[in-house]
Amino acid sequence: MPNFIMSYLGSTLTPGQAGNQFWALIYVLIIFAGVSVAVIAMNWIERKALAHFQIRLGPMRVGPHGLLQPFADALKLMLKEDIIPSEADQFVFWVAPLIGLLAAFTVYTVIPFGPSQAVSDMNIGILFMLGVSSLGVLGIVVAGWASNSHYPLIGALRSSAQMVSYEVAMGLAVVSAIVMTSLNSTGTGTLSMIGIVQAQQQQGVWFIFKFFPLGFIAFGIFAIAMVAETNRAPFDMAEAESELTAGYHTEYSGLRWSLFMLAEYAAMIAVSSIAVTLWLGGWMRPFPNLLHAPAWDFIFSLFPGLTFGALAAIALLGTVRMPSHSFFKIQRVGLAVFAGLLGLIALLLLVIAVAGRSADSSLAARFNDGIGYVYWFVLKVSVFMYLFIWYRATWPRYRFDQLMKIGWKVMLPISLGVLVVTAIVGVIF
Amino acid sequence: MNSALSAGAPVATPFFFYMLSGLAVIGGILVITRRNAVHSALALIVTLLSVAGLYLMLYAPFVAGVQIIVYAGGIMVLFLFVIMLVNIERASKDRRFNRIWPIGLVAACTLMGLFVSAFVKGRALFPDRGMPLSEGSNTQEIAKALYGEVNRAGQYTFGQYTFAFEIASLLLLVAILGAVIMTKKKI
Repeated sequence: MPNFIMSYLGSTLTPGQAGNQFWALIYVLIIFAGVSVAVIAMNWIERKALAHFQIRLGPMRVGPHGLLQPFADALKLMLKEDIIPSEADQFVFWVAPLIGLLAAFTVYTVIPFGPSQAVSDMNIGILFMLGVSSLGVLGIVVAGWASNSHYPLIGALRSSAQMVSYEVAMGLAVVSAIVMTSLNSTGTGTLSMIGIVQAQQQQGVWFIFKFFPLGFIAFGIFAIAMVAETNRAPFDMAEAESELTAGYHTEYSGLRWSLFMLAEYAAMIAVSSIAVTLWLGGWMRPFPNLLHAPAWDFIFSLFPGLTFGALAAIALLGTVRMPSHSFFKIQRVGLAVFAGLLGLIALLLLVIAVAGRSADSSLAARFNDGIGYVYWFVLKVSVFMYLFIWYRATWPRYRFDQLMKIGWKVMLPISLGVLVVTAIVGVIF
Repeated sequence: MNSALSAGAPVATPFFFYMLSGLAVIGGILVITRRNAVHSALALIVTLLSVAGLYLMLYAPFVAGVQIIVYAGGIMVLFLFVIMLVNIERASKDRRFNRIWPIGLVAACTLMGLFVSAFVKGRALFPDRGMPLSEGSNTQEIAKALYGEVNRAGQYTFGQYTFAFEIASLLLLVAILGAVIMTKKKI
């Protein structure tokens, strides 16, 4: 058994490809924990950022600057009574949130956090992602119907119409990115998520900048469609509170409601990962071909540690700026401990960066590479997550007919045109 | 870890085959026995997904992906969309099996007989492809060896079988036009 576990450490394949179930399970657990933590962090950041956009303070009471608010919310949701309406379809009502959650989390099996930092790599990777994430709409539709109530049903119908419509434009934008993988010197195209990033590496360009402005337009189409796809503002017609109370999850409460929220945020991270993988170079650091000297490698490998160091400094600044009243004593100590933890992580990452500086295949060097890949991927994804919040704070909600008009009459023709032009340009050059 | 979990073991184990086929059969039975149309649709989704899993076991990931996108993700959502607008209260009181069920039974039995005969003398009917299931080869290599990658599917569709493909799409276009004409009185 130790041999079975240790033998993978020298491999350059993903555990799924190497057929190593043990490490596949470890990766699944790490990703599940990571996504859950990301959702918790996103919850806090969204509330704080929205509050500051609207010149409020946001959560301030539970923990320093409301840092413990998500945990308090989670506890509250778990302790709340789980109500199933008597007129609802019991079984379907029960199973609906699970469908959404399952679809959102299954997608993570093929997301490439690095060249071997994924659960598995399929040669239909992007097809699998689009297919499974399109199953998420089933959970919403079924939830709306099973509630046996008017607002949820209308919300579910709206949401399914919206998701089916925007899936078309999204799919065409994805196809134009896939077409780019098969052009020029690289030879054959690929649908594999890892293969797509490697194609960008070989061609020496992120696909967003390829055939400018074609790649940029396709990326823009995808970036709009993915907001509609995840039912976020300004396309959150399915839960427009001024029209439909809360849309498809009006009748849900407690833990079941929180499962819907978890699925929504997990799906947001998943579609952002697709965008990052297809157009923004996935796990690659900026300019991997131009600045490829070992010195540059070392400088870029310091970034993860420095980021955590900056976060620790911000937390420390918060400790210093805390009012000196005795009421804030516990909060001050808590924030100082938090800053200390972040600082320790930063120190650890810096130590790894220095230890893994040599380009040999020692464990430290491999570990260092892995941290770098995951760091750049997560950084790019988190930019999108912030954009989701920014959209929500900035734009008013669309009307449903406007939404459909944009989807079918603007986005679909543009994405189809971009696909055709990309193919032609690719054949010529 | 026992030997079944050794590195490079194929995923296509009998356990997965029986589990997926069992799920597909149970789902299929539920589709025709449930009185509630939404329950039937959900059971059908289970069947379709299990069949997608069976495709994966046959090292045909592209077919499995298309099965999920087209059937489970696309068509079933539209099914549910329509079913929700139907009055379930009344539909559930309708007679379930109409009068031509003996004919249906005969057709089903014929198909079953065909499958059983194909299963019994399958070796003679289909040449042995010689599955390259060597130790340590991963599923992608096998899939590549058997069916090629997705681009092979594309070359077949738009090369060798273009005519059949275009005929099929024309048929679909006619069906769509027919649906539009039947529902819209005034165009």
